[in-house]
Amino acid sequence: MTGSLQLSKTDDTVIDQRIGILLRVGMLLSAAVVLLGGVLYLAQHGKAVPDYHVFHGAPRHLSTLSGIVSGAVQGNDLAIIQFGLLLLIATPVARVAFAVGAFALEKDYLYVAISAIVLCVLLYSLLWH
Amino acid sequence: MNALEFSFLIGTASLLAGFLGSLTGLGGGVVIVPLLALAFQVDIHYAIGASLVSVIATSSGSAAAYVREGFSNIRIGMFLEIATTFGAIAGAFLATSTPTKAIAIVFGIVLLGSAAMSARKRHLRVEDRPADRLATMLRLDAAYPVDGIKTPYHVRRVPVGFGLMFGAGTLSGLLGIGSGAVKVLAMDEAMEVPFKVSTTTSNFMIGVTAAASAGVYLSRGYISPAIAMPVTLGVLAGSLLGAKFLVRAKTQAVRIIFAIVIAMLGLEMIYSGWTGRL
Repeated sequence: MTGSLQLSKTDDTVIDQRIGILLRVGMLLSAAVVLLGGVLYLAQHGKAVPDYHVFHGAPRHLSTLSGIVSGAVQGNDLAIIQFGLLLLIATPVARVAFAVGAFALEKDYLYVAISAIVLCVLLYSLLWH
Repeated sequence: MNALEFSFLIGTASLLAGFLGSLTGLGGGVVIVPLLALAFQVDIHYAIGASLVSVIATSSGSAAAYVREGFSNIRIGMFLEIATTFGAIAGAFLATSTPTKAIAIVFGIVLLGSAAMSARKRHLRVEDRPADRLATMLRLDAAYPVDGIKTPYHVRRVPVGFGLMFGAGTLSGLLGIGSGAVKVLAMDEAMEVPFKVSTTTSNFMIGVTAAASAGVYLSRGYISPAIAMPVTLGVLAGSLLGAKFLVRAKTQAVRIIFAIVIAMLGLEMIYSGWTGRL
């Protein structure tokens, strides 16, 4: 995909457009997964009476990356919703990662560094605790 | 109230919030937390988690439309995201150690501020000043289309803007909101970025900022799927609908009404937080 990128040095329009597509696809894909999980959840537990007045925290298997992915693969309804939300969170992260690559192609190393810092902060938040 | 009714009601309310938020440009996320906490008796931490996720959804949805028009400035956005993402992580950690009472009161104050901000006059762009050294070094100056003609602009007071952005990030991480108002304030007032560029760039940055605190929220169990699902889908659908109407609707009246609603929710949050009802 990166091979097809032809970027001019002064114009960011191409990056902008590709980022726009990336954001839209990420948003639609995650909404579809959340909707799928939501339908399954309501079909199975629609009659249950939820109580969120007291904070217990989402259970561990719904609050770690590995737990969510393995739960979603097994078809667990809440894990599928959570997986969709993860895709949603990952969309802006992918956008920043994309910008690192695009600035590198433009040989704008100042902005490669700037977007790499932002990417590191995002990955730290998602992966390191 | 069973799960089906709960999801339906929250989904509908979120749809309305997203619709009004995008129509007025005030963002739907800001009313989600008070709505969940006050009307649905949801614990404020779950409410903040659900709101944050919906903020990412709207940002991606609207930014996709905006970038095509060529208003947003990707360099300004990326540079300031250093400040907002660090702020967001600080805010998210702060949220885990701040008592509910204090979060509710700070939230109320931010709501009042947002309402006041929306009453503010959009100042017309002042005449172009000479280039700023730091802005030139960071290559923040750019051009944007005015009536189809590319018009250059110069960015100023970068350190002030950067500092305000750290604050915007912290509020976003603490309260699960987009902090669009503070972001626009930093770019508009401090850095003198043209209004259209600052709004669209801010919209763009909101998702990245929120994603930075989302990781912390997720691992602390703030993101509960059964609450986040109707909120995210509702706000997203509402904001996409709102963007469609935006072209046709006369938004001034809607804007004033929504600002009053936000201000009242702000007072209610402060009162409920103060009296410990949340």
